[in-house]
Amino acid sequence: MAGKLKIRVDQDKCQGHARCKSLAPELFNLDEFGNAHEIGDGSVPAGLEDKAWLAQTNCPEIAIEVTEE
Amino acid sequence: MSDTSSILPEHPPVTDWVHDFDHTDPVWTENPFPIWEELRNECPVVHTKRFLGCYLPTTYQAVKEIAYDTEHFSSRRVIVRDVRPPITNTAPPITSDPPEHKPAKQFLLPPFTPDAMKKLEPRVRAICNELIDEFIADGKCDAAARYTKNIPVRAIAHMLGIPEKDSDLFIKWIHEILELGIKDDAALMRAVHEMTGYFAGHIEARKKNPTDDLISTMMNAKDKDGQPLSDMHVLGSLRLLLIAGIDTTWSAIGASLWHLAKTPADRDRLIAEPELMPTAIEEFLRAYSPVTMAREVIGETTISGCPVKPGNMVLLSFPAANRDPAMFPDADKVIIDRKENRHAAFGLGIHRCVGSNLARMEMTVAIEEWLKRIPDFKLDPSGSVTWSEGTVRGPRQLPVLFKGK
Repeated sequence: MAGKLKIRVDQDKCQGHARCKSLAPELFNLDEFGNAHEIGDGSVPAGLEDKAWLAQTNCPEIAIEVTEE
Repeated sequence: MSDTSSILPEHPPVTDWVHDFDHTDPVWTENPFPIWEELRNECPVVHTKRFLGCYLPTTYQAVKEIAYDTEHFSSRRVIVRDVRPPITNTAPPITSDPPEHKPAKQFLLPPFTPDAMKKLEPRVRAICNELIDEFIADGKCDAAARYTKNIPVRAIAHMLGIPEKDSDLFIKWIHEILELGIKDDAALMRAVHEMTGYFAGHIEARKKNPTDDLISTMMNAKDKDGQPLSDMHVLGSLRLLLIAGIDTTWSAIGASLWHLAKTPADRDRLIAEPELMPTAIEEFLRAYSPVTMAREVIGETTISGCPVKPGNMVLLSFPAANRDPAMFPDADKVIIDRKENRHAAFGLGIHRCVGSNLARMEMTVAIEEWLKRIPDFKLDPSGSVTWSEGTVRGPRQLPVLFKGK
């Protein structure tokens, strides 16, 4: 059985492409420089798992980690 | 007998792409995709003696390795040309290496966030409709000359706070720098000089009367030591925004419209399912990436197992990387609902295009407004589509026929 997902944006890798914000605005915020951050503690609410994976697989810098808790 | 050397073309036609490639060859200009495929099958990084020595990576992996390696690959030169004169006109941050790069880029980021672009969007929508109004009754037009060319230049003028009516001047400079400038140093220097003089005037005017625009924002920016940027720095960044922000997006919009003109199924699907627009835009960016960047090799290293030596340039082909079948299944097919699309059209690493959010917004708005007003169009068989030469690829003539509404 799949557990809850958690996301984290690696700030050393993020270059502000903003693909994650476009694909999963419920899960990511951009700061004033346009770099992405996970919202809250990165827990993915039920029903948004696909969006988390979509953001992960579209990040050009491979800056998004998705882990199963 | 006449001097035969005078009639030889400056660049002989390429017969051996693997060992003697030339990105200004007419065959490349017309259709570079089969060339990249041939080279990719041969070696991840090929070399030419032209342009005083230049490498070309064609796999996603090799392009990525170079983009991330700022130790061996410098951005101090970002155009591959026949000559390599001393560096006099920089355009930070695109021509900056670490550690200067980060502060030079940081102050440019806030004006180009997605939220900032939302504020500009209504003006861009209006520009698109003003342009369409001018030709829609004709039932035909050159969509490159009448539409795609004019959108980014007016948008960036609007952002900078300079007259949109100066657009033709900007387009002339871009052509002289990015196309003629590869082989004609005098044309390049003249254009840079004219452009610098033009912007210097706007900076002086704002010292007396500050304005609420991007030029003033740049003039008020501070460097990492809290000091105002020099006029030279501001002028360099202004040159960058104009050069990088115009024919790049013009090319991307043009290639997208070219694709839609010859692919009615995608056109109809986008009209019926407008929610596909974001993935379609990313797919157009991948398949028709306009921008090839460059680096100068400053240290010996290996890339994807290939030795790379200092003194050479590198054509950093994001467009070729984006057609690499090892990275993208059906890489040569345009799939407007492609789900996984880690394309590198805006670069990878620290030099990610500062205007990527602007480009996406302009492409989206330009295609949406065109499809609203001109849902049914096709290439005009009596005309021909021509593509730009050099490192920004897009249609420069795009004759189309449509039912005027």
